[in-house]
Amino acid sequence: MKPAPFDYYCPRSLDEALALLAQYGDEAKVLAGGQSLVPAMNMRLARPGVIVDVNRLPEAAVIERCDGSLRVGMLARQADLERMPVALDAVPLLAQALPHVGHWQTRNRGTVCGSLAHADPSAELPLAIVVLDGAIEARSSARGTRWIAAGQFFESYFQTALQNDEIVVGASFPARREGWGYAFEEFAGRHGDFAIVAVACAVALEPNGVASEVRLGLGGVADKPHLAPLTAYCGRVLSQRDLPEIANAAVADIEPPSDLRGSARYRRALATNLAQRALTRALASARTACDGLAQ
Amino acid sequence: MARTSLSAVALQLSGSGAAVSEPAGPASATATPTFVLDVNGREHQLTVDARVTLLDALRDRLGLTGTKKGCDQGTCGACTVLVNGRRIDSCLTLAVMHEGDRVTTIEGLASGEQLHPIQAAFIKNDAFQCGYCTPGQLMSAVGMVNEGHAIDRNTVREQMSGNICRCGCYPHIVDAVLDWKGRS
Ligand SMILES: Cc1cc2nc3c(=O)[nH]c(=O)nc-3n(C[C@@H](O)[C@H](O)[C@H](O)COP(=O)(O)OP(=O)(O)OC[C@H]3O[C@@H](n4cnc5c(N)ncnc54)[C@H](O)[C@@H]3O)c2cc1C
Ligand code: FES
Ligand code: FES
Repeated sequence: MKPAPFDYYCPRSLDEALALLAQYGDEAKVLAGGQSLVPAMNMRLARPGVIVDVNRLPEAAVIERCDGSLRVGMLARQADLERMPVALDAVPLLAQALPHVGHWQTRNRGTVCGSLAHADPSAELPLAIVVLDGAIEARSSARGTRWIAAGQFFESYFQTALQNDEIVVGASFPARREGWGYAFEEFAGRHGDFAIVAVACAVALEPNGVASEVRLGLGGVADKPHLAPLTAYCGRVLSQRDLPEIANAAVADIEPPSDLRGSARYRRALATNLAQRALTRALASARTACDGLAQ
Repeated sequence: MARTSLSAVALQLSGSGAAVSEPAGPASATATPTFVLDVNGREHQLTVDARVTLLDALRDRLGLTGTKKGCDQGTCGACTVLVNGRRIDSCLTLAVMHEGDRVTTIEGLASGEQLHPIQAAFIKNDAFQCGYCTPGQLMSAVGMVNEGHAIDRNTVREQMSGNICRCGCYPHIVDAVLDWKGRS
């Protein structure tokens, strides 16, 4: 038994859970899948005095398609999504990112929303939702519901826009759109380890071949998912020959950390390579999507 | 789900209703909850510190020491058990979170003296050396098959990434799984 002592609460409704967070403030921690919180408590990196176990909340595991988005409820496990072909088909970037998130054992417990709330800077799902320009739904007993754009949600290492009294009740991932192509690439020491660098990319082509949007995000290179400023490459026809330049532009303003798993220089080289690969695949899949439209 | 019936189960098992508390709810915040754990089809009433992981409850409270502790942080898979048919790391989950769930450990795999076919396949294919990772490998293999993945060499290697074998028996572990599912 390794964690510091805590009081354990297992609320049966969202209102009860929210009331507990309002009451205990920063003393309390939400316990979802526990795949990040339990190890952190075991190592006493986290020592919450109150644990609010949300695993018994009713209706919280819903995954549904609505208004061009995939809505993922707070208790949907990462493996729930992975087992749902319609969901994977709706959001191809998630389909590609999910197998990189730990192992089946951790994905059977770990929640999608827990990964977003945890905000590890090399985590795959935060990166995917930023690149897709999705949103996170937070609720508190005092202020009700608010939607936070993914681009505003992640603030720094393990730091989000969430207040102490708020729970992430769901997340919305924009679904595949006509003319778009998506690609996720990552490199990790072993399968299931956190990424040393991860890249998510989404490209939109108009029927005439002009790229109307080029979105590329990098994980593991900053304190949060880094969205590369690539608007300069929109409104042009892109060919394979342009991609090294775009990849270089994508990493131009990053200052990756150095640690045991890789130096800053190594990360930068890796980021450039993975960015180029992701751009290549996203562009190819956008072209296929456009060809499909033309027929 | 049958969540609401849990307190009823607890009452039945204890034989004396008065001694048993309700499942830990917000009104009854507690550091030492009392609850019922269903392991291998048997219900056990437990009163343990809320900090006790499922792994420690199985090994230290219920004497089911087949489930192994390797890393205690989710990286080795030695502690893999099935919860409602899905494989999870029992070191990364609190015992109290599993009231009402069906937990299956390595002790629940065989039927009496009759080995589960994956156990027999491990022996036949010499899929272990020291054996420490083996219970986790076996539970993970059963979980993987429950998940309905295609069973070929690459898939097995990929889908069992959460189980480390320090003795390096991976080729024979994959052989055993393929043998069990009739592919080689
Ligand atoms: C061996 C191993 C490998 C892993 N590899 C990866 C990997 O490659 N990539 C990756 O991204 N992750 C990885 N993880 C972590 C991933 O498995 C976790 O699932 C995820 O980070 C957190 O989700 P959770 O549901 O388990 O949250 P928990 O561990 O329960 O909670 C994590 C944090 O988020 C907060 N929180 C959770 N849910 C909510 C909510 N609804 N509202 C408000 N706050 C909330 C908690 O209070 C806590 O601070 C790995 C974990 C392990 C053990
Ligand atoms: S002991 Fe649980 S994964 Fe290693
Ligand atoms: S058989 Fe020794 S660790 Fe796997």
